Amino acid sequence: MNPAQSSTNLQALVIGGSAGAVGALMRLLPGLPGSFPLPVFIVLHLPPDDKGSLAALLHSQCQVTVKEAEDKEPATPGVVCVAPANYHLLVEPDFTLSLSQDEPVFFSRPSIDVLFESAADAYGSSLWAVILTGASPDGAAGLKAVHAAGGKTWVQDPATAEAPTMPRAALAACPEARVLSLSELAQELLAMADLPTVKEASHS
Amino acid sequence: MKHRDTDTEGIELDLLVEAIFRKYHYDFRDYSAASLKRRLLQAREYFGCHTFSALQERVMHDATLLPQLLGYLTVQVSEMFRDPSFFRALREQVVPHLRTYPSLKVWVAGCSSGEELYSLAILFREEGLEERTMFYATDINTDALRKAEAGVYDLERISLFTANHQRSGGKSSLSDYYTAAYGAAVFDKTLRKRTVFSDHTLASDAVFAEMQLVCCRNVLIYFNRELQDRAVGLFKDSLVRRGFLGLGSKESLHFSSHAAEFSEFNREERLYQKRQ
Repeated sequence: MNPAQSSTNLQALVIGGSAGAVGALMRLLPGLPGSFPLPVFIVLHLPPDDKGSLAALLHSQCQVTVKEAEDKEPATPGVVCVAPANYHLLVEPDFTLSLSQDEPVFFSRPSIDVLFESAADAYGSSLWAVILTGASPDGAAGLKAVHAAGGKTWVQDPATAEAPTMPRAALAACPEARVLSLSELAQELLAMADLPTVKEASHS
Repeated sequence: MKHRDTDTEGIELDLLVEAIFRKYHYDFRDYSAASLKRRLLQAREYFGCHTFSALQERVMHDATLLPQLLGYLTVQVSEMFRDPSFFRALREQVVPHLRTYPSLKVWVAGCSSGEELYSLAILFREEGLEERTMFYATDINTDALRKAEAGVYDLERISLFTANHQRSGGKSSLSDYYTAAYGAAVFDKTLRKRTVFSDHTLASDAVFAEMQLVCCRNVLIYFNRELQDRAVGLFKDSLVRRGFLGLGSKESLHFSSHAAEFSEFNREERLYQKRQ
């Protein structure tokens, strides 16, 4: 067993959104304790010339560490990695992160589908996925993939979303997802803070 | 969690990549698995195959499919003077060091269809360094190399290239370097008269010359840690002492085993300088 892997947390939370999602994240993330037991990966649709202002803004308001994702960075519990503008963010099977400049998906790079589909491959049923407010169908196929791999799927209630297109598309593709208001989502995430840190057991 | 080792699609994908390596000697085994899978899924859809096993059977028995498959796996879309601030830093901070050498060698590793090469050639001409420089433009994909050698780009991309060139501190007009015809911009062939285009793979080929500058931007992100280490090792071995390495705007030597052998010359622009 690779010793680097034995400390890898084997569950993760992924979040995707676009229009209005910065405000939504500002309601969800600041409440999380610094000891949050899962790595968190976020894709928000950003202007291509954004220089990391979203991660900096969130970091200044949060107890958890929020940073721009770096290529080949290992997933770390309690660390929130935000996809940089103009790059897709993917999770590798060895729980490190990769960036790519492959074609935009639904005119978006980073794309929520790209993150969610790769994270579903890596984490399977140990993945929690959240689709927030947004004005694009990106994320719908990704959420469906998370569900198909046995992961938990949550969607911000389109009725309370600033832009309902994204949550509606996600629910159409993945009707099994739970529909939650932002305050219910905040409570669910807080409840996850009490999850035990699951680490890869050694092979027996 | 799912186990890649027992997941059917994971097994098929590994076998396909192994088969491509054994039969055609293109080695994608140490590419980043997640983006490789996305690209292979796109190729699978294009070829109308329902599984990676079906795609493997077709590729194994019909070598004419290989160039298209390689297109899916290797082609990067680039721009001239992409990340203009990188070229500005190169011009303002690295060029003064390069001027001190009587002759220069520059390696554009993973040059794809050549946008980066022409950007450097124009910058070197503007700075008066072109006549003492040899450029080496290498890529794994021979179709891409042919495009690089042709130097013909869609005219509709030129406004972006022009804006990038200006923002990079360009001292001339980009229109000095191409002629427009039939929706295409054909770049001045004298820009590549000092360039050697060559088929080279960072996965298995060796160092071939001693360089003052290596640019390899947005290539390493497609490699896993081991292959990144191999590639950066090649760059280190080919660079002269105090030679320069330029990476993509989200690439770094942060997680590289060669990190200690380079200093951060300009951290923000991902310009590194070899120490020894």
